[in-house]
Amino acid sequence: MKESRGFLRLFTVFFRIGLFTFGGGLAMLPLIEKEVVDVQGWAERDEILDIFALAQSVPGAIGVNTAVFIGLRLHGFWGAVVALLGVVTPSVAIILIIAQLFSQFQSNLYVARAFSGVKAAVLGLIAAAALRAGRGAIVDRFGLLVAVVALGLSIAGIIPVFWVIILGGLAGILYHRRRGDVR
Amino acid sequence: MIFMQLFGAFFKIGLFTLGGGYAMLALIRQEIIRYGWLTLQEFVDIVGIAEMTPGPIAVNAATFVGFRSAGVAGALVATSAVVLPSLISVIIVSRVWQKYKNSPVVQHMFAGVRPVVVGLVGAAAVLMGRSTFEVLTSIPQQVVTLILACVVFYGVAFRKCDPIKALIAAALVGLVAFR
Repeated sequence: MKESRGFLRLFTVFFRIGLFTFGGGLAMLPLIEKEVVDVQGWAERDEILDIFALAQSVPGAIGVNTAVFIGLRLHGFWGAVVALLGVVTPSVAIILIIAQLFSQFQSNLYVARAFSGVKAAVLGLIAAAALRAGRGAIVDRFGLLVAVVALGLSIAGIIPVFWVIILGGLAGILYHRRRGDVR
Repeated sequence: MIFMQLFGAFFKIGLFTLGGGYAMLALIRQEIIRYGWLTLQEFVDIVGIAEMTPGPIAVNAATFVGFRSAGVAGALVATSAVVLPSLISVIIVSRVWQKYKNSPVVQHMFAGVRPVVVGLVGAAAVLMGRSTFEVLTSIPQQVVTLILACVVFYGVAFRKCDPIKALIAAALVGLVAFR
């Protein structure tokens, strides 16, 4: 009974996250942070950044990967499946509806206006996520330097995100090794 | 037969998506054209719709292409195929992570990775801002967008506003303000 309630909550939380994620995986961070860290207490703030980094470094959509990570941690394999179903169900349902009314949806004036508002909000949400993540994750000058370099590389789009993450990891290891933190 | 093709193509798309949805659009396009599931114009339309609807772009595209080529069953097959690599890869990586996450090397690695994620999120904000303002032609629209973005930023970053409520409110403001 308790178990099934846990699954239900997992499903509804990720259903809500899936329903309100516009504009790709990184836009999901503020919602996941709020729901998973602040409301449900399923992960620490630091941990959620680690999970996000891992989610971006393995195959698959970021939002889906993050859901699987958290579901797996909480309730094992079936938790992963339930969180996955939760996060994709809104997309599937909405696309199936839109696929039937394809042309009407695209040219609908009200949809376009509401979407313009949503896009502006997503911009604010992502900026807020960057600030909040920075508060927790940047603890020294080294961290600040890495964040700025990653920002620059990513905006310039010279190397794929995956490699930016790998380079960050290598920089972390080298930096701490030079400081003599190796035990 | 069509189900096998859909499954194979979208499994491959899921498997080769690293670091987010936009990177996979080229691959989706290639597969769609190879099997003749959609015309190029339909593909462009899907990308627009996938952007305007919630959820990962890959999932949206899979559902749409699957539905167009083989109905609801096709949608379910393509969607399952595109998320299956996530399930497999995350289960494997998660095991390894749980085992080693307290080792010094992994701790040091994440000391470098966490700031990278911050930089990536910052870059996403900049890039999205650029593309949002590029398509806005009139000054009043740009002003409304800028104000909305700033208000949401302030509310969520400093006032602990609920992001979902902020999104709904912004949609309503958009309905009234963008004409």
